[in-house]
Amino acid sequence: MTNIQVTINEASRLLREKQVSSIELTESYLERIRQVDSRVHALVTITDELAMEQARKADELIAVGDAGPLTGVPIVIKDNMCTRGIRTTCSSKMLQNFMPPYDAAVVEKVKAHNMVMVGKSNMDEFAMGSSTENSALFVTCNPWDLSRVPGGSSGGSAVAVAAGETVCALGSDTGGSIRQPSGFCSVVGMKPTYGRVSRYGLVAFASSLDQIGPLTQDVTDCALLLNVIAGADSRDSTSVPEPVPDYTRCLKADLKGLRLGVPREYFVEGMQAEVAEVMEAAIKELEELGAEVDREVSLPHTPYALAVYYILAPSEASANLARYDGVKYGFSYEADSMWEALEKTRENGFGPEVKRRIMLGTYALSAGYYDAWYLKAQKVRTLIIREFNEAFKKYDALITPTSPTVPFKIGEKTDDPFQMYLSDVCTLPINIGGVPAMSIPAGFTDGLPIGMQIIGKPFDEETILHVAYAYEQATEWHKRKVEV
Amino acid sequence: MKLSREEVLHIARLARVGLAESEITRLSEQLSNILENFEVLQQVDTTGVPPTAQAVALQSVMREDEVVPSFPADDILANAPRREGDCFRVRAVLE
Repeated sequence: MTNIQVTINEASRLLREKQVSSIELTESYLERIRQVDSRVHALVTITDELAMEQARKADELIAVGDAGPLTGVPIVIKDNMCTRGIRTTCSSKMLQNFMPPYDAAVVEKVKAHNMVMVGKSNMDEFAMGSSTENSALFVTCNPWDLSRVPGGSSGGSAVAVAAGETVCALGSDTGGSIRQPSGFCSVVGMKPTYGRVSRYGLVAFASSLDQIGPLTQDVTDCALLLNVIAGADSRDSTSVPEPVPDYTRCLKADLKGLRLGVPREYFVEGMQAEVAEVMEAAIKELEELGAEVDREVSLPHTPYALAVYYILAPSEASANLARYDGVKYGFSYEADSMWEALEKTRENGFGPEVKRRIMLGTYALSAGYYDAWYLKAQKVRTLIIREFNEAFKKYDALITPTSPTVPFKIGEKTDDPFQMYLSDVCTLPINIGGVPAMSIPAGFTDGLPIGMQIIGKPFDEETILHVAYAYEQATEWHKRKVEV
Repeated sequence: MKLSREEVLHIARLARVGLAESEITRLSEQLSNILENFEVLQQVDTTGVPPTAQAVALQSVMREDEVVPSFPADDILANAPRREGDCFRVRAVLE
């Protein structure tokens, strides 16, 4: 059987024209998973029974003409989004056997649109990492070069899309966890504005930075999936009641009248020359499409974003992860005394990076250090947000690389946490600012993908989708598929 | 910025995370290195700048105080490592 490989848009048309059934489509993707997942290791759980059940239901709806644009389309969900009755591990020993009693808001929406969930994807433990090497379960490989990392923390979702194990996926992004793996795997990934998508049922990492978003094969699919997941939710009081447009309406092929800025601070010291070259070519393309590009933009507080992020995110994480006490759910260490059981539960249930961040955050919040670290970082966060606001008075969107390098080798940065943190340097300022951004395929060097990041105004995902779509129409990068 | 062994143990106690001997040494080095790199933050002039806790302008979102069904106790307790009737079983806090 040859695998059917389609985008959401193509699947939707084939299903509606009854050229293929959702059962056939789903079987084909499950077969592909069986063929390639033993090499790329993207999935923690393959939900084949549920998928076939959902596919049968989708086919019934299609038969009676009651199908939406995403009915019957396979999707993969990152394993930090709760799925009722299906193990949700966060790729942690702490939650290895956790069965959520409810669905995350985004999972409810995916189900309400009658999509077909084929699996849950591997990630850095509790979404803390930039390579998916921090998974306590196994390491995911980049399909473009199996000896390299796929990026992280949504590495499994990005790989599942790139390797054709699914049509699309959901990931979460706290400091780049959708965009950086999207760039590393040559797929399209968006972190929407903070508050655009409900976080209800997303296992919390850093609550003021976490946001769920789509990973897809092209920009049209990104818009289609964003249509499904966007919108306020009374169970997440940080989700914002802004109207949700139809995101497919902003997809236009020319950029006339748009003002784009290229902030020079994102072209960091140590950036790979090939990344800068790819960016130069991409920016020229955007100009040819009619955009007015200013290459001399400066956002001078950008270099402080790394420190701000790695103070604030661990601080929030140290508070959020206090809930893992071995009492209500999750790993529990057997000991006689309560304190010993608690400390041993956390010693053995958390992996090294999670412990490192809990320690870092606890330190930054502790008496005597709170003002110098946590409060200082919160103030510099204000300055970074102000800079974005100022820039967006002049520019409709900002253009940067997604990552300063191509995917690195598995094991290359695991001994030096600070070097690992640096690989998020272009993506973290966006979460600090709460603004939306996406990564799209922009080129290759030696067969390894390079992503371009497009940053937009709060709640203006439409403009970044517009820029991304126009660029995609004019280029072929997104059509290059990997052999696994 | 150097984090001593005692400081590492103090933070670990605050966070209630047990650490193996090898982890104490490694964390002391790694956290010191990370914090040293973050000292640049102190160069930024933040006089008169208010802190930001989250980037969205929403304030104290209110809702009606309506009674809605909660999860069935069995669903919630299904993941409990130790259970007694409809309760989570915990170890004695006071000994």
